[in-house]
Amino acid sequence: MSVWQKLAYAVLAVVVAASIAAPLVAPRGYAKQDREQIDSAPSRTHWLGTDDLGRDRLARVLYGTRISLLLAPAAALLSTLLAALIGGFAGYLGGAWSRIAMAITDLFLSLPWLFLLIAARAMLPLNVSPLISVLVTFLLLGILGWTAAARVLCASAASLRGSDFVRQARAAGIPPYRVFCMQVAPNLNPVLLAQFWISIPVFILSEANLGILGLGVAEPLPSWGSLLKELEGLVSVGAEPWKFVPLILLVIVVTSFQFVLSRQGELAA
Amino acid sequence: MKNLNTSLKSIRSAVALLALCLAGWQHARAQGELRFCLRTEPKTFDPLKVDDDASATIRYLTGGVLVRVNRQTQQLEPELALSWKVSKDGKQISFRLRSGVVFSDGTPFSAEDVAYTMQKLMDPALHSPTGDAFRSGTGNVETRVVSPTQITITFPAQVAGLDRLFDQVAILSEHSPKKEMAVLGPFVMAEYKAGASVLLKRNPNYWKTDAQGHRLPYLESIRLDIQPNRDVEMLRFKRGELDLINTLDSEFFDKLAATSPQWVHDAGPSLDSEQIWFNQVAKSPIPSFKKTWFRSQVFRNAISGAINRDDLTRVVYHSHAQPAIGPFSPANKFWFNASLQPQPYSPESALKALQPEGFHLENGTLKDKDGNEVVFSIATNAGNKARERMAALIQDDLQKIGVHVNVVTLDFPSLIERMTQTFDYEAILLGLTNVDLDPDGEMNVWLSSAENHQWNPQQKTPETPWEAQIDQLMRAQASASDARRRKEAFDRVQEIVVEQKPFIFLINKNALSAVSPAVHGAAPVILWPQTFWNAEWLSK
Repeated sequence: MSVWQKLAYAVLAVVVAASIAAPLVAPRGYAKQDREQIDSAPSRTHWLGTDDLGRDRLARVLYGTRISLLLAPAAALLSTLLAALIGGFAGYLGGAWSRIAMAITDLFLSLPWLFLLIAARAMLPLNVSPLISVLVTFLLLGILGWTAAARVLCASAASLRGSDFVRQARAAGIPPYRVFCMQVAPNLNPVLLAQFWISIPVFILSEANLGILGLGVAEPLPSWGSLLKELEGLVSVGAEPWKFVPLILLVIVVTSFQFVLSRQGELAA
Repeated sequence: MKNLNTSLKSIRSAVALLALCLAGWQHARAQGELRFCLRTEPKTFDPLKVDDDASATIRYLTGGVLVRVNRQTQQLEPELALSWKVSKDGKQISFRLRSGVVFSDGTPFSAEDVAYTMQKLMDPALHSPTGDAFRSGTGNVETRVVSPTQITITFPAQVAGLDRLFDQVAILSEHSPKKEMAVLGPFVMAEYKAGASVLLKRNPNYWKTDAQGHRLPYLESIRLDIQPNRDVEMLRFKRGELDLINTLDSEFFDKLAATSPQWVHDAGPSLDSEQIWFNQVAKSPIPSFKKTWFRSQVFRNAISGAINRDDLTRVVYHSHAQPAIGPFSPANKFWFNASLQPQPYSPESALKALQPEGFHLENGTLKDKDGNEVVFSIATNAGNKARERMAALIQDDLQKIGVHVNVVTLDFPSLIERMTQTFDYEAILLGLTNVDLDPDGEMNVWLSSAENHQWNPQQKTPETPWEAQIDQLMRAQASASDARRRKEAFDRVQEIVVEQKPFIFLINKNALSAVSPAVHGAAPVILWPQTFWNAEWLSK
């Protein structure tokens, strides 16, 4: 493990720990509005200042981190499982099954995902609590985000299908589903793991994109996406560098995930 | 005597020099180019088909009209018509026109051009939005040219506020080979680069002159850059590449005011309002107990009283807005009902008012008489920061009376679909952009049968007594020709709306604009077009 990889793990550990300790670090909470102190600069009571509704920015960053870091891996897990199910089986079965599954995957890949998410979000019931809205957002990301991973897994499973040990198992009369579960799936694990780690930063950024459009996590819950919306007024940001903190944190976390991913790649190899 | 002659010569020389200077100054004034942005591509250059802001801007700057609403005084003033008279039954209007006026290409202007314009405007095949305002009954519009300077126009039914509607009618030439490109306004269309800019040049034949007899406009040209991005518009203005911004957000206004306070103008409350309404549509797919809440005047009034409008104006609009009182802003000098009072913010009174209806607090949550928690969603369009912030403040305000609000931001088409097609929403926060001073412009909102009667549109018959009363009053004001009687009827409409609160009016935004000090003669007002309403008098 290189120094950079160790550093990445350490950074992620610190960020996760800080977000878990949010109630201690920022006891004011993320929703409390202090309407007499809107958009204020960092001070002793508000270390990162307040937002345009007088809410403590540090608390919002920490709670937003908690949400993004908790739910992005959950969405990544869901999408990886779907990809394993669809791509893995299609690759293992081959023939028409593989062609049909990959045609569906190509169809999903060709759809503009952002508009798909917006349309899916618009069809959902309106009267849901902010917590449900955040779960739904990441659930949608997970459900719609399996396609790229499915192609990789299909190719991997297809290459395993022709391998000697699989042929031997089939020649021994082992039923196909058992061959898949006992012989193919364990060999797909490194690819699955890599796809899982790749998906996490992708989903973090996807939620951020949705948040910037105002379509992600509902008020008053914070997320990195909704926090990044503050940067829209670029004219003033130069004078208020503390507003860059969510962006810097996002860059650091996504970069750390890339280093962790490279480590996972090494392990898989 | 010699001294006197010398003095006279000196005076003559001085006067001649002054005249030369003045002529030079006038020439210099006519050299200026005013630059500002259109936020969208103009959809049409045909003044009769105008239906968007960009096209309306070009029509305003190039079109000659018979009468014009003075944007400062809000009074109707003569333009191409020297005088006019509306018949008692409100069906007929007679104009006496200026003589000696010519179109930009030199074609003489006469009553025949007015008749030609009206016939084209009222042609059903044209689908003119401007013409729709004149349509009050079935039948044809008749024009009678009495003389080259006199014309009478008769409509099949009474048209309320008839004379003011002519503010939007740019007169076309019947005989000019250039048709709608021959104009009577201060500027003429010179160049159009799709997606980039529109260049308007001074109309050399414009009829208006200043007190010294100099032909207007002072400006040589106006360049309109098509720029939808407001950040870019702001940066270009700060760099001096633009001379004015017609409407500014409060955030941009404050940023600009911090560095250049003399460039920004807050003209006070505008006609625009922001409001919330609850879904009262009987067939809407929401639970019946919620329909009962939303149809209760007490519930709507309590919710309204629990919203801190002062905070909305201060926090969201940085005090560049006023708490709204009713359907018309106090900015509408004639039609606003001055007897209406703003609703005081009082969560305690709101809770007290809800108690007789069976609402009660239980562990900090408001419940109705059947024990249902009072929870509803407020939907608004994604991307509108001010509305998103208002919704978050309202969410926090209503929490104080135990009401849980879920704020939902949707893309605009989805919101409109829910609002007008599926009625699958509980409450919506949106704004009303009002460009018409006359309540007739809002018939499509207040009549219960109207499509834009948002809380419960297209009713076959009014579902509540107060909506029936509003219908009757709106029709009465529309059919009365006496301004005083119309005002009385509409005052009552405003009272009913404030009592019943089908719309919970939140704020009236101030008219904020920015004008470069290089522009002389600018006097921003609250009515559109705020900064260039007197374009012919502006100079650089």
